[in-house]
Amino acid sequence: MMQMNRQRLRITFARGETIKYISHLDLARAWERALRRAGMPLAYSQGFNPRPKMAFAAALPVGYIATAEIVDVLLEEPLAPLDMARRLAVTLPPGLRVVSIKKVDSRLPALQSQVRAAEYRVSVVWEGDRADLEARVAALLAAPTLPRERMHKGRRRSYDLRPLVEGLRLEDETAEGYCLWMRLRHGTGGTARPEDVLDALGLADVLFSVERIALRFPVKSNENVTEG
Amino acid sequence: MQISHYLLDRILPTVTMPARYTGGEWNSIVKDWDAAQVRLVLAYPDVYQVGMSNLGLMILYDIVNRRPDCLAERVYAPWVDMEAAMRQAGIPLYSLESRHPLREFDVLGFTLPYELNFSNVLNMLDLAGLPVLAAERGADWPLVIGGGVGAVNAEPLADFFDAFAIGDGEEVILEILNACARAKESRAGKLELLRALAGIPGVYVPSLYQVTYHDDGTVAAITPTTPEARPRILRRVMSQLLPPPVDLIVPYVQAVHDRGMVEIARGCTAGCRFCQAGMVYRPLRERSLPEVLAAVEAIGRCTGYEEIALVSLSSASHPQIEEMVRELIARYSHPPLAVSLPSLRIDTFSVRLAELFQGRRKTGLTFAPEAGSQRLRDVINKRVTEADLLATAEAAFAGGWQRIKLYFMIGLPTETLDDVAAIVELVQEVRAVGRRYHGRRAQVNVSVATFIPKPHTPFQWSPLVGEDDLATRLALLRRGVKGRGVQLSWHAPQTSLLEAALARGDRRLGRVIHRAWQLGARFDAWPEHFGWEVWQRAFAAEGLDADWYARRERSFAEVLPWDHIENGVSKAFLWDEYRRALHGETTPDCREMCVGCGLAETLGCEGAG
Repeated sequence: MMQMNRQRLRITFARGETIKYISHLDLARAWERALRRAGMPLAYSQGFNPRPKMAFAAALPVGYIATAEIVDVLLEEPLAPLDMARRLAVTLPPGLRVVSIKKVDSRLPALQSQVRAAEYRVSVVWEGDRADLEARVAALLAAPTLPRERMHKGRRRSYDLRPLVEGLRLEDETAEGYCLWMRLRHGTGGTARPEDVLDALGLADVLFSVERIALRFPVKSNENVTEG
Repeated sequence: MQISHYLLDRILPTVTMPARYTGGEWNSIVKDWDAAQVRLVLAYPDVYQVGMSNLGLMILYDIVNRRPDCLAERVYAPWVDMEAAMRQAGIPLYSLESRHPLREFDVLGFTLPYELNFSNVLNMLDLAGLPVLAAERGADWPLVIGGGVGAVNAEPLADFFDAFAIGDGEEVILEILNACARAKESRAGKLELLRALAGIPGVYVPSLYQVTYHDDGTVAAITPTTPEARPRILRRVMSQLLPPPVDLIVPYVQAVHDRGMVEIARGCTAGCRFCQAGMVYRPLRERSLPEVLAAVEAIGRCTGYEEIALVSLSSASHPQIEEMVRELIARYSHPPLAVSLPSLRIDTFSVRLAELFQGRRKTGLTFAPEAGSQRLRDVINKRVTEADLLATAEAAFAGGWQRIKLYFMIGLPTETLDDVAAIVELVQEVRAVGRRYHGRRAQVNVSVATFIPKPHTPFQWSPLVGEDDLATRLALLRRGVKGRGVQLSWHAPQTSLLEAALARGDRRLGRVIHRAWQLGARFDAWPEHFGWEVWQRAFAAEGLDADWYARRERSFAEVLPWDHIENGVSKAFLWDEYRRALHGETTPDCREMCVGCGLAETLGCEGAG
């Protein structure tokens, strides 16, 4: 009977510098506890070890900051997104911030299976000139294939990085170098990480920082969203 | 000057679990640095995940930060990869809250939980850029103080610390900070400050005492060298516990005990003769049912924890424990808040309690018979019979548990191979009970530790078991405790020798600790880092013998290196208990009758009389 009133809320959130080094599991726990402190009517899993029913769209790697991560939270009773946002504002730890909350249809497929791509801003420390970097970017984009290797479950596996790079461009200058915008495939069709692209650009050894700025879904799955 | 994010960003991506070094946890407190008159950093000489499970540090953090004129921040021992990265980048040890280098604080307060952390203390001082020797730190350096159970014999650390706080820290920490504030204001010299500290009850300033030795190496006398220093330092005791902290810091990185904690009682009445905690946390002080319930409610609300432990040395002994557990289970079924008790007694009542709080989880139950034979259990005053254990095991297996863990010690005073063989028999019997209920799925895990004689206990005169005897006993256990349904685990024997030597060491061991640290000792409690060769070289270089400290039977007449630290339990009582132990005579729980430990005369004890 409780099931009837259940509500799925989709939280878009940002992770800042202060807690960028926590792991994805740590982040999930931090969210659970912030939601508990906020007194949310969380729906829990059955079993010996009940956990709140929540699902992240994509794991956020250690060291990345982010501006638009997504988590779905299942509630036992309806709650206005604005109410939730107001309550979370005082129970979220420093470094976590709600960007928006929306009601979504609870029959939608799991978030994680829906992510198709992610966009990043990658700041690299670079003392060379812009033309050199631009040439590297152009060469990467012009390459028909980028055969590379990665370790997977202890085995060396070769793959092609090129089709995983959906977009790459050199953006503004920073105090110490440049900022690169990347749109990389993510999910079942293969996942590339900004580090892979830096490596392919011959920038494996530079200092860099990553900000994930968007997760992209196929157009359809994101449509039946009702604003709260 | 704060350590910049920019600098840390260069090293943190290269180390394991970097979030251990960045703070920012929920409920951590970042106060205005400039507005604080006295700044304290609470230091824990082991990794973050271990230190964040320590309630004592959390209590002091709470108390000091409530004071408007003080601030308390935290620091834990960086793991070896972080240490290397910090040293290479020239980053000094810094606090988690404001990222200030430790040397910019007024006071460094170390919690001393365990002898095998001692090398980490030196390493942390050095990483902070402080001279490790107290004598080399003038008034411009932070004051370095220590507290916790390790302070009851702090002599091996006397060279490195300015002062120790003996006993409960809740009040004395503020008195120490007050003295520091006054010294800061009046620009007092170091000696002046040390003298002021020595005047505070419960504070031990080792540099104001002189230790002389007999030709045979034993201590002749420990004498104050200034009038402020008391001949005997009486342990501080809170006659009533303060309300427990509820704004507990919630770590991001999973702590060893990743849950909230309420201290439901301090002290223990059982009187187990091997147990240092049982002697040095007397008297028993219990929190009332309403106070515990209110604290659990507040902790749940303030932290979001999904589990809360009711902690004490013997949680099942709290007179209202059953009501407490029942009430908490009833209140917090939804949203779920699990309750746990870290210490169970060997009785069917404890199993019934576990039925309540573990519910259907039934993850496993742990009991500590400590010794295999009745004779030896009488010696150590663990008043539990074989029938008790078997009935408890039966209740547990019948209640649905398939896995039971049993703790034993070997090397106890008067122990013979028969006593060790009795462990094997007992384990087999428990397994047999388990089989009746769960067949081949029944599991008995046996954990064996070497008994380490500790200061301020009835066994403080007793020798550590010899290496060969230990090997024989372990071999016997390994032959006997094997096969389906049983599993044996034990500690490295040489760790025990070091722990035993440091536990009952005197001031001269400071040179050994210093040398061992210089030779690379750190994280001695971690098997992957413990190197006995390093310590062996350090002992040899300083002309001292670990065996002499650990394996010598001491006489009643001998001046013990910690005799000037008055725990409140009389030495005569401890000696009497030791004699009774050797004759196999038990002593009752002091809930039943006052056993005359001397506390009533020294520190007061409500149970007495």
